[in-house]
Amino acid sequence: MNPRILAPMLLLALAAPVAADVIHEERSLYRDITVEQNGPRRCLIFNVHRGDRNQTCIDLNEPERLVFSYTRMSFAGLLLTPEPESILIAGLGGGSIPMTFGDLFPEARIDVIEIDPAVVSVAREFFLFEESENMRVHVNDARVFIKRAVLAGRQYDYIMLDAFTGDYIPEHLLTREFLEEVKQILSPGGVLVANTFSTSRLYDHESVTYQRVWNEFYNFKLPTSGNRIIITRSGALPPRGDLGGVARRLAERLDPYGVPLLEYPARMSTRVDWDMSRRVLTDQYSPGNLLRD
Amino acid sequence: MAEAANHSPLPRPVVATVAFVSGFCIMTVEMLGARIMAPYFGGSVSVWGSIITVFMLALALGYLVGGRLSMRNPNALVFASFYVSAALFSLPIILFADQIMRPIFLTVEDIRYGALLASIVMFSVPTTLLGMISPYSVRLLVESEEHSGQMAGLLFFVSTIGSAAGTLGTSFYFVLWWELNLILWGAVSALLIAAAIILLAGYQRGSLYLPMRGHES
Repeated sequence: MNPRILAPMLLLALAAPVAADVIHEERSLYRDITVEQNGPRRCLIFNVHRGDRNQTCIDLNEPERLVFSYTRMSFAGLLLTPEPESILIAGLGGGSIPMTFGDLFPEARIDVIEIDPAVVSVAREFFLFEESENMRVHVNDARVFIKRAVLAGRQYDYIMLDAFTGDYIPEHLLTREFLEEVKQILSPGGVLVANTFSTSRLYDHESVTYQRVWNEFYNFKLPTSGNRIIITRSGALPPRGDLGGVARRLAERLDPYGVPLLEYPARMSTRVDWDMSRRVLTDQYSPGNLLRD
Repeated sequence: MAEAANHSPLPRPVVATVAFVSGFCIMTVEMLGARIMAPYFGGSVSVWGSIITVFMLALALGYLVGGRLSMRNPNALVFASFYVSAALFSLPIILFADQIMRPIFLTVEDIRYGALLASIVMFSVPTTLLGMISPYSVRLLVESEEHSGQMAGLLFFVSTIGSAAGTLGTSFYFVLWWELNLILWGAVSALLIAAAIILLAGYQRGSLYLPMRGHES
């Protein structure tokens, strides 16, 4: 064989990672669920055959440390609302976000919405997820749960939208009408943190839609993550200059989870970097799955 | 040959075309059903389940009723009235969807039965009417026992191709280009245009209410 081809091939072979063991596989109504273990790291993967990235990973030696950049970024909302007493999380995944909130704020009421009962049992069995008196998982569609919360007049100080698996996008959770319902259950001074798409046409459409409902939001991106986090709250945003002080106060508390809060304020921006001429997503027009490429 | 063609109140290409339109519209509305209901009942599998169940039951009922109606004097006027009434009974989906779904959402706690009830209220009547078209259109084209199977085959073929086109067009393109209600208005218009074509073609054949000459007479 030609040595000019052989040498890079050898390199590739040597650099190949150790194969992870699949410790659990199941097909739920909504997706294929795979749990892989590689050394101490255990990962939850949705639709592995289509090359999806890991949904959640934990390190069994340090289970409290958040492995993914976007998971850590979810806590940036604390810069706006440092002491939430009630928290709503749409999308369970492996449960590391709600577990961290439960650790940080043991007195807070935490409601988690997850549409897929199989994800709930996998999180319990493989990812150390545990419900408690204050933390409950509701197997339901986020839109339905939030509509019922509006009717009941329930409000939350911290709302986290993380219901996107990367494979199929729930289009009814991207619309202006949905965000208006979310706004109604956000308490005065409460914060909304939404994990959204950072690439594709959907970035523009989502940005325009959030702008329509909230006027202004912090756009939070890190070079280490393919995600874009939208952070906003009811009422005016605090000036970015104020966030540094909050970050310094909270940094130590978040350190055990690996959240580098001090780095975050500099990465949060209100600058418009999307195409403002895109259509707002509504219940009448929401082709999210067709806009992703 | 010209004598044989006169047995039918409508030309074969006309019946085939409007059968295509009805198949197209059935699937367009069905594909949009899940989107119409998602704001109230979410995107769970049970929402799709209730929509498909209602469409299947309504079509089944429509086949039965349409077949029964085809036994007495099949004619263009009755045939066109299926299209007009399906169009009219589709209007509440466009005009009153929120007014229909909100009280159901408020009163039915279990989202599965809420979705099922909302599907029944919105989709069962227009879908039953569209289901009546299939057996009736077969009767309009059948002139003799020996080619009844062939005519049924032809009509199942065009209406199912229409359904495939409606499914693909709606899910790939229409939702990307237009708002839901605009697509539904398009389906309503297509049904009304089909009715107009039937009336026009029936009129040209002589009488809209022409009694069909059976082959035994």
